[in-house]
Amino acid sequence: MQKVWAFVRGCFLLLRKGSRLYYTWLSALLVLIAIGVFAYVNQLYSGLIVTAMRDQVSWGFYISNFTFTVGVAAAAVLLVIPAYVYQWKPIKEIAILGELVAVSAIVMCLLFVTVDLGRPDRFWHLIPKIGILNFPKSLLAWDVVVLNTYLVLNFAIASYMLYSYYYQREPNMKYVFPILLFSIPAAISIHTVTAFLFNGLAARPFWNASILAPRFLASAFCSGPAGMILMFQVVRKWTNFDIKDKAIFKIAELIAYAMFINLFLLGAELFKEYYSDTVHLAPVKYLYQGLDGHSALVSYIWTATIFNLTAFFLFLIPQTRENYVTLNIGCVLIFIGVYIEKGMGLVIPGFVPDVLGDFYEYAPTGTEMLVTLGIWATGLLVFTLLLRIAVPIMNGDFHVSDDGVNPHIGDQLFLVRRRDVVPEEDLDSP
Amino acid sequence: MSDMEKRDEHVFRLTRRKALKGLALGIGTMVLPAKDASASVWESFFQKNFRELGKSERRVILERLEKEYSARYKKPVRVKDTGPIEGVLYGYGLDLSRCIGCRRCVYGCVTENNQSRDPQIHWIKVLRLAKERGVDLEHSEQYYNPATVPEEGHFYMPVQCHQCENPPCTKVCPVQATWKEIDGIVVVDYNWCIGCRYCMAACPYGARHFNWKKPGLPAGEMNPETHYLGNRPRPVGVVEKCTFCMQRTREPDGMYPACLEVCPVGARKFGNLLDPTSEIRNVIENKRVFILKEDLNTQPKFYYFYSV
Ligand code: SF4
Ligand code: SF4
Repeated sequence: MQKVWAFVRGCFLLLRKGSRLYYTWLSALLVLIAIGVFAYVNQLYSGLIVTAMRDQVSWGFYISNFTFTVGVAAAAVLLVIPAYVYQWKPIKEIAILGELVAVSAIVMCLLFVTVDLGRPDRFWHLIPKIGILNFPKSLLAWDVVVLNTYLVLNFAIASYMLYSYYYQREPNMKYVFPILLFSIPAAISIHTVTAFLFNGLAARPFWNASILAPRFLASAFCSGPAGMILMFQVVRKWTNFDIKDKAIFKIAELIAYAMFINLFLLGAELFKEYYSDTVHLAPVKYLYQGLDGHSALVSYIWTATIFNLTAFFLFLIPQTRENYVTLNIGCVLIFIGVYIEKGMGLVIPGFVPDVLGDFYEYAPTGTEMLVTLGIWATGLLVFTLLLRIAVPIMNGDFHVSDDGVNPHIGDQLFLVRRRDVVPEEDLDSP
Repeated sequence: MSDMEKRDEHVFRLTRRKALKGLALGIGTMVLPAKDASASVWESFFQKNFRELGKSERRVILERLEKEYSARYKKPVRVKDTGPIEGVLYGYGLDLSRCIGCRRCVYGCVTENNQSRDPQIHWIKVLRLAKERGVDLEHSEQYYNPATVPEEGHFYMPVQCHQCENPPCTKVCPVQATWKEIDGIVVVDYNWCIGCRYCMAACPYGARHFNWKKPGLPAGEMNPETHYLGNRPRPVGVVEKCTFCMQRTREPDGMYPACLEVCPVGARKFGNLLDPTSEIRNVIENKRVFILKEDLNTQPKFYYFYSV
């Protein structure tokens, strides 16, 4: 136990050290968070009336962002599977980053649902025994369970590994491996349950399609890794952490497969709706074509569709996939494309037209955007701090010192511009 | 209940008490602003789900609410918790060939049930439909505003909570803040609802309404005869809905719901589905009856019919 405390203390010492850039970055995030908190306090004070949600569209931007970030969290398995199940070395070195992404993304998910509650002061009604968790009947209860399980799993794995490296010994895989294996279905389950949350409502034909959960997973396996590719490049450029090109290109290849499935499933759904041409067509029409003069979402969904298609071809062709300019363009396109499609493009058409045929065109208010910005900044802050600890540990720049008690901090700066990015060939040679 | 179960129940309650106390000492002090920390704020904060309350606990809560409301609305307010009547299952009938779309029921309901006047909350929506299209919700109009009703070529269809026998709204609630009582009325515990609005997404009839803002209910217009699960004043951030006026209909002298009483053309029928001599049974057995969105298997107890 003493050792754990020494580790935790060491981490706190480490978090306070860093370059000017590190401090600037943290301050910028803190400013954004403060703005978000300010907007949220105003919302608490005035009620959810300050959002654009109304009875017809009772969920909006917050739940859209929630849906998207669950996908990002789930996508961490795309690193875990090749790393631990197939023991593929280049990815194994970075799998821990995937786990840290998952932790940060789940923190965001939980914040997004909390700001959406009408009575956040009653959150404890959800805690089993103290309150009442309507499990297993309510899918929202399922979501509470799986999200928290997944958070704990990833946090436990990552911190145990880092703890072991800190004390300069190999983690005991006998303990880690079963938890790692369990985290794979857990990742699938968080996104499946989130899909079922919408899927199970017969009142909303747009969501009540059995293809919804597979579509969720396919798109999550595009957007999450795309974000990670971008993030990896930032990490290897600005910190002392090396990430191999091979790993990045492998992930890009996986994205190509996932995007193919994603587009295929979308096509299957559109075919069913348009060819059968029943009353269920209305929300799809509203989304893609506009209906009776209401067309707020049309330009968004087409942007998303074009982005996703373009990115698919960029990732399909090895030449463009392995060229950093086109690769990065593709990643940005996918991230934005899926963000629109799984966010506003999924949640809002479920409500428009509403169950009695009323049209209420929703667009988020300033409050909603500021709160959302604040939550994204919180996610990034959590991630940065986790990286601040993980990167030096993985590099061997942060470990217990020879006295066995105090930490040795070799990396005082963390965020620096690296001049010495080593060419790939050199890294491969022993 | 077996002894074992009883003991479990007891243990459950004990741990819960303890946990609640811990919460009270811990986060409670941070969450609540000190100057508001009067006893009643605390009591309502830690109040249990209504269904878990014993008789005496209920009494205390009702008295607390009565005091609070009486002070706020400057008149004696009564809060009942009348339970369902044995052998009664409520049903509602609506005669589409009579309804003229005047919306008196909408405002009768607002007056009776203490809905917010600003912003306006309506538990009843009246849809205007074109005769040639029939019941086609996608082409319905809620915001019609002619000089006189009814209008040529149209008919009107009021929609409110259908008190489904198989209600999707209660199934989805993550905290069991809403449930179906044995007389068929679906209720919400406004002191337990966390305002996630999942039930609103699940209801196929748009029957649930959210308090996006602190309800604006002028003291002068407040109806002081209330029910805990029905028309008592609602807090901000929770969901509310039609309860077939349980504060009236559950009384032994059996008053009709307010919407039925104000309807000028007698388009509304109400009664006990289990009583073969009731008016609602007569409607179901002898008229052309249909229910809305039958394919969703919600099994509404709100029946539309044509008397002519
Ligand atoms: S009409 Fe809606 S609110 Fe009423 S019981 Fe049915 S699902 Fe629930
Ligand atoms: S809004 Fe309230 S009643 Fe509706 S599902 Fe959420 S907690 Fe339950």
